[in-house]
Amino acid sequence: MSILRFTKDHEWVRFDGTVATIGITEHAQTALGDVVFVELPEPGRELAEGEACAVVESVKAASDVYAPVAGRVTEANAALADDPALVNRSAEDQGWFFRMILADPKAIEALLDADGYAALVAAL
Amino acid sequence: MTPDDAPLALTPLDPLHRALGARMVGFAGYAMPVQYPAGILAEHRQCRTAAALFDVSHMGQALLHGAGADAALERLVPGDMLGLRPGRQRYTLLMHEAGGILDDIMVSRLDAGRLFLVLNASRKAADLAHIGAALPAGVRLEPLPERALLAVQGPAGATVMARLAPAAAALGFMAVAEASIAGTACLVSRSGYTGEDGFELSIPAEAAERVARALLDQPELAPAGLGARDSLRLEAGLCLYGADIDETTNPVEAGLTWVLGKRRRIAWDFPGAPAVRAALEDGPARRRVGLRPEGRAPARAGTAIIGPGGETVGQVTSGGFSPTLNAPIAMGYVRADLAADGTALALRVRGADLPAHVAPLPFVPHRYVR
Repeated sequence: MSILRFTKDHEWVRFDGTVATIGITEHAQTALGDVVFVELPEPGRELAEGEACAVVESVKAASDVYAPVAGRVTEANAALADDPALVNRSAEDQGWFFRMILADPKAIEALLDADGYAALVAAL
Repeated sequence: MTPDDAPLALTPLDPLHRALGARMVGFAGYAMPVQYPAGILAEHRQCRTAAALFDVSHMGQALLHGAGADAALERLVPGDMLGLRPGRQRYTLLMHEAGGILDDIMVSRLDAGRLFLVLNASRKAADLAHIGAALPAGVRLEPLPERALLAVQGPAGATVMARLAPAAAALGFMAVAEASIAGTACLVSRSGYTGEDGFELSIPAEAAERVARALLDQPELAPAGLGARDSLRLEAGLCLYGADIDETTNPVEAGLTWVLGKRRRIAWDFPGAPAVRAALEDGPARRRVGLRPEGRAPARAGTAIIGPGGETVGQVTSGGFSPTLNAPIAMGYVRADLAADGTALALRVRGADLPAHVAPLPFVPHRYVR
């Protein structure tokens, strides 16, 4: 049983009780347009909450991705190196960015749930 | 400059862009389509493989009337305007007295007493004032704000034009003529800014949507926005005013020496001629080059270019991703001794020095009709 949460910066976090997987939302990939490059954090890197830790480049511009919660990176999605457009095709599944062990698993409860995020997007 | 909070001007095709689902952005004071639902990559490929329709109505259009129009314009540009034959078009530069570039413009001679000018959107107000202030008696500048400008670009463009406007399809590269399209008299040139064969159509505003719809009805054509226009012109190695050239760049370092008319290079009688001549004779201190970063990370405008000793030797002025090469590409200025093709340099992207090398321009060969 995993829980899915969102940030106001348009990232999603799927937490399975041990590891959290982070990516950008469908709304974010639509707004960015064609993704041509993704720079991901190295495994082992310790991230503070809100720290800029990844960069997603569309044809037009570069955008930062922020750590939704504090923790240590365990894995980056190697598939994005060869196929960054996976972010456009499958933003909330195969186009995940990185995985991390949370410093405080309870921190995830402070993030938006699906309804809260949908309301945020609807208000844009 | 237009203040950020000024309301955006609309082109005559604004309702069509919105009907087509375009994402609109502010550009040079206009609401312009940056992309349509297909997306920038697909629109870029559409232009390279078939044909794309661009609205470039934000650009300035004007007529210069009078028997002395060519001589008057020659006092502002380094090109040969007296030698421009009727029905021919030429790229030239409005020059700053110090040798910099005020704008890059297209000039067409319609007949003995009329030159048709196309100006960059961001510069048109300044250009019109600059040109207007320099005219002798008997030469008159007529801005044409009530005209739209469309660009049909790509290898299938000629097929489309042959169907809709046979007279236009018969034009050679950089030729211009009147042609009727969808019942509307248009001024058509065989030119563009994508590196592909193509046409630019100057159209009365009230007929612009009808002409655009007639073009979009053709199976070869799909709309493309400013995003694709930028990646196309960067692949073609073409300068964007305000990014790659401006009042501080001279034509020699920008690689635009070819715009200097032969007669003008003997007389040296254009604004900024001493500085341009010095750059030609002594060699410029820096040169515009193409850059191919290794890896996939794009280097955007403003990125520092790092030399073999770790020192900054220049700056990227345009940078992005090439859909045709499926790799990042950039243009920028580097110290002249590092401008040779193949020179190994680095690009400082987010604090990391990424290897890159100087590459010949254009990145993608031009395919103009000959």
